[in-house]
Amino acid sequence: MKITGVLGKIYIALVMFFLYAPIAVLIVLSFNASRSRVIWGGFTMKWYTALLDSRAIMTALGTTVALALLSALIASVLGLFGAIGIYSMRRRNYRIMLFATNIPLVNADIVTGIALLLWFVRFLPLGFSSVLLAHVTFNIPYVILCVLPKLRDMDMFQYEAALDLGAGEPYAFVHILIPQILPGVLSGFLMAVTMSMDDFVITYFTKGPGVNTLSTLIYGEIKKGIKPEMYALSTILFFIVLILLILVNLPYDRMFTRTRRVR
Amino acid sequence: MNRSRTRLLAIPYIIWVAGFTVIPLIFIITKAVTDENGMLTASNLFAIFDPLHRKALMMSLLLAFISTVICIIIAYPVAIILRGSHIRKKNIILFVLILPMWMNFILRILAMQMLISNNGIVNHILETLELPPLKLINTPQAIVIGMVYDYLPYMMLPILNSVLSISEDVIEAAKDLGSDKMHVLLHIILPLSLTGVGSGITMVFVPSMTEFVIANILGGGKIQLLGNIIEQEFTVTMNWNLGSGLSVSLMAFVLITSFVFGRNNEDAAAGISI
Repeated sequence: MKITGVLGKIYIALVMFFLYAPIAVLIVLSFNASRSRVIWGGFTMKWYTALLDSRAIMTALGTTVALALLSALIASVLGLFGAIGIYSMRRRNYRIMLFATNIPLVNADIVTGIALLLWFVRFLPLGFSSVLLAHVTFNIPYVILCVLPKLRDMDMFQYEAALDLGAGEPYAFVHILIPQILPGVLSGFLMAVTMSMDDFVITYFTKGPGVNTLSTLIYGEIKKGIKPEMYALSTILFFIVLILLILVNLPYDRMFTRTRRVR
Repeated sequence: MNRSRTRLLAIPYIIWVAGFTVIPLIFIITKAVTDENGMLTASNLFAIFDPLHRKALMMSLLLAFISTVICIIIAYPVAIILRGSHIRKKNIILFVLILPMWMNFILRILAMQMLISNNGIVNHILETLELPPLKLINTPQAIVIGMVYDYLPYMMLPILNSVLSISEDVIEAAKDLGSDKMHVLLHIILPLSLTGVGSGITMVFVPSMTEFVIANILGGGKIQLLGNIIEQEFTVTMNWNLGSGLSVSLMAFVLITSFVFGRNNEDAAAGISI
């Protein structure tokens, strides 16, 4: 199919404009000397310096990052072993486990959040730990769904050859199996970090008073008006992600070949 | 691999699923089918059809439906255009399409509010061009704009995945056998990409059906969606039984959608992962 030409380019440009206009607004506002959200009051860097003094924002940032890294790490470990275990199950149990894994993905966030809230209030004071448990819960499926295709693509003969050549099972496990599925674990981990950083609804229902991630802090500030420092922070985070993504240079080619092989 | 032994590796995960996926679901269903005194009742489940809630349900279904359709209409041509372009460029464009998802979602919706509010940026531009201002904010249209904006990447990724993974050989074969461009599009590409469209529909419809943040920010609290009502039952009215009942009914709608349109989560996961 070739609908390249000018028309195609204009269309793609329009879609990109739609996706990026709000982001451009946020970036411009982070340099706006006026607190107004529509009037340009001149260029300033003051929100960036004020950012460091804003306790609420820095605490929320710390909570968000700690939550994302910790929940992604726990989810990766549980998901890695979970995926290997599920992979070696018989057909019926395999199906059951895959179904259970899909529940948090298919279910609406609001239902997942409320269900966890109803359960947590029974035995746990709401706070960082309850949010962490919730984040691990919705992160594990992403890890498992990233690792399972790797297991299916894996070269089992290598593992058996290692055993024939005298490797113990733990040795073969660590040196043959793990390296082959590590890329899957890594993309699962990165996805888990992203999902955790971006989550609002589930955090909102499970957090209790006192704990704030960036999302819940922003949501709470909507009525009072968002502090311009928040625009500065989101601009910084956006460019950090942009640079990181350029550095890892997105293995999209590999991603597509993988999905094709899964089919 | 000693399968009976490696199977045991799943035990921690099985415990986690039981403890944090299955038990919470049992709790919410229990709350949904009981009243505040713990007596069995179905009234909370059917409360979704009360006149007040029915209005929110219809509004949620309508807005989710419109948003999903608009997302397909925007996303599908992007996939077709990208298929026709060169591979290097494809990676860059794909990257550009996914990047917005890394900016905090509430901030993005707030920025959308700044753009389309009555004295917002779009109207300022229209004013300087001496065009009549738009009255968008606090209308259902504003919520649809927000939903399309937020969920478009979730439609784009599975569709791109399925359209781009169609083998060029199949298309060449169709052309050799006399298909023109239109025929190839309708009879080769479209049928082969339907699974992607299905995944996209579930990934857009389910969150927009259950949304409450976008409705709060862009609807100004004037338009009640099902998500708003459930949220208020938990944070304002504090009727947890009713809130759970509505949630479980909502879950039924969500499950029906996923069942009808199917959802290949592995595809979706692979599409979003970097």
